[in-house]
Amino acid sequence: MRARSPWPYLLIAPTVAGGAFLLLYPLLKAAVISFQHFRMGELIRGGAAFIGLENYAELLAGEEFWQVLLRTLAWTAINVVLIVGLGTGIALMLPRLRRGLRLALMSALALAWATPIIAATTVFQWLFQSELGVVNWLLVTLGFDSFRGYTWFADGTATFAVLVILVVWQSVPFAALTLYAGLTTIPVELFESARIDGGTGWQVFWKVTFPMLRQLFALVASLEVIWVAKCFPQIWVLSQGGPDDATTTLPVYAFKIARVLHRYDLGSAVAMLTVILLAVALISNLRRMVRS
Amino acid sequence: MKRLLLNASAVGVLIVTIFPVYWMFLTAFKPTRDIQSDTPTFWPAHPTVEHFVTAVNAPGFWTYWRNSLLVTAGAVLLALLVALMASFAVARMRWRGRGAFVVAVFAAQMAPWEALLVPVFIIARDMDLLDSLAMLTGVYFMITLPFTIVTLRGFLAAIPPELEEAAQVDGCSRLVAFRRVVFPLLAPGLMATSLFGFITAWNEFAFVNVLIIKDQELRTLPVWLSSFRDVFGTDWGATMAAASLFALPVLLLFLFLQRHVGTGMTAGAVKG
Repeated sequence: MRARSPWPYLLIAPTVAGGAFLLLYPLLKAAVISFQHFRMGELIRGGAAFIGLENYAELLAGEEFWQVLLRTLAWTAINVVLIVGLGTGIALMLPRLRRGLRLALMSALALAWATPIIAATTVFQWLFQSELGVVNWLLVTLGFDSFRGYTWFADGTATFAVLVILVVWQSVPFAALTLYAGLTTIPVELFESARIDGGTGWQVFWKVTFPMLRQLFALVASLEVIWVAKCFPQIWVLSQGGPDDATTTLPVYAFKIARVLHRYDLGSAVAMLTVILLAVALISNLRRMVRS
Repeated sequence: MKRLLLNASAVGVLIVTIFPVYWMFLTAFKPTRDIQSDTPTFWPAHPTVEHFVTAVNAPGFWTYWRNSLLVTAGAVLLALLVALMASFAVARMRWRGRGAFVVAVFAAQMAPWEALLVPVFIIARDMDLLDSLAMLTGVYFMITLPFTIVTLRGFLAAIPPELEEAAQVDGCSRLVAFRRVVFPLLAPGLMATSLFGFITAWNEFAFVNVLIIKDQELRTLPVWLSSFRDVFGTDWGATMAAASLFALPVLLLFLFLQRHVGTGMTAGAVKG
């Protein structure tokens, strides 16, 4: 191999150029704006003035930001626990099924995963529609009569719940199929010997399966944390962060401040704080990936 | 008993997973009076295509369809080409800065795209690229590029370099060796990877809302679908027909490429 070939650098040049122009530059620009007085006027005329940490001070002093932050943490925790929990359950279930049922379940998961976000969001609006929605019909048929004509999207907690169901439904397939793929790489002998030693299903999972797949679990969990925390189109289309801000998470908050209030400076400050929060999740994830 | 419980829960998961998709297509084929009946029907008793006619005849449908396809295909093909070059450099060559490049690509895979809406808007405006499908294609290209590189690198690393070396010994140039030997073996990887990219770009909703402002002719299907709900408010048949038409290309592509998807997911551990 030649020591100083220009080829590798030529081959990565388009990637580096694209990343510099469409990722790094906007990121730096967002950072700069977050230290400026940048509103409608500055957007049109230019000439924004630097105001130091004022945007951050305004944000951190207000009550709303902290509510949004707490809500985002709760939103992320609830979704990720459900996604990883259900994904693990399904992944463990798959190899025990008969071939036909297993293929059917895997195809169903693939289909749910492939359904475009906006299409799925529209379908969930229809499923939870108050008068004609099939969910209310099912609940009433099962005897929960209070759900007759129940308007899910008028109540904050109910809208939050519907969004959790939607995001979990969309995300479980990835977790389940990835963990299942990992499971199939564990030699069957390991399970057999654990069984012969008298291990119960629960013990086999914690003593054999989980340690073998620790890396994969960590990877799936941290990817889901990032995706769920960043999740935007579902919330925006379904509820626009409402009702009464009950579903406003950090990305929705940043978008609302920028688009609706034209506070681009404050929106950028929210975005930068989101980046910092995600970076914390990201760094542990990166270190693992680089090591492996 | 245990067997029964297992199968019952598997069937339960299957129903919950498939039902929303089934309900979307079913509603799209139901006549309005069946949709509005108090007790829902769970099979197509009187199938009709009237809602599809409404959706297809809605203003802009074909334009938005074409825009979405152009932007998505452009972004995916560009990302594949650029990623193929980069992943080859990473998987097959030793060079200074390789480790840093890999870390940067991994980091970019989790880039906070929603945080970049305002600066990307400003950059596009300053370069006179607002209301342009080219800018949109560029952004989608960049969104899909990092995981395309990561995934392709995984596939490429699985192909033994000895194969290329043998071809080179037989007198092929490096490029010809790559085209004749590696490229065919990489085909499943390319398909799986392009599927991830396709889903991401096809779905994208935030940037198109910010970058396409005045020229309604340049909007894409996700925007159309989200506004369709407002325009056709209570017409759930037409809305579900529109959603079905939006989902169909991805679902078909997915079914077509399904065999390759499993390996793709473990190779790159990415999601569209």
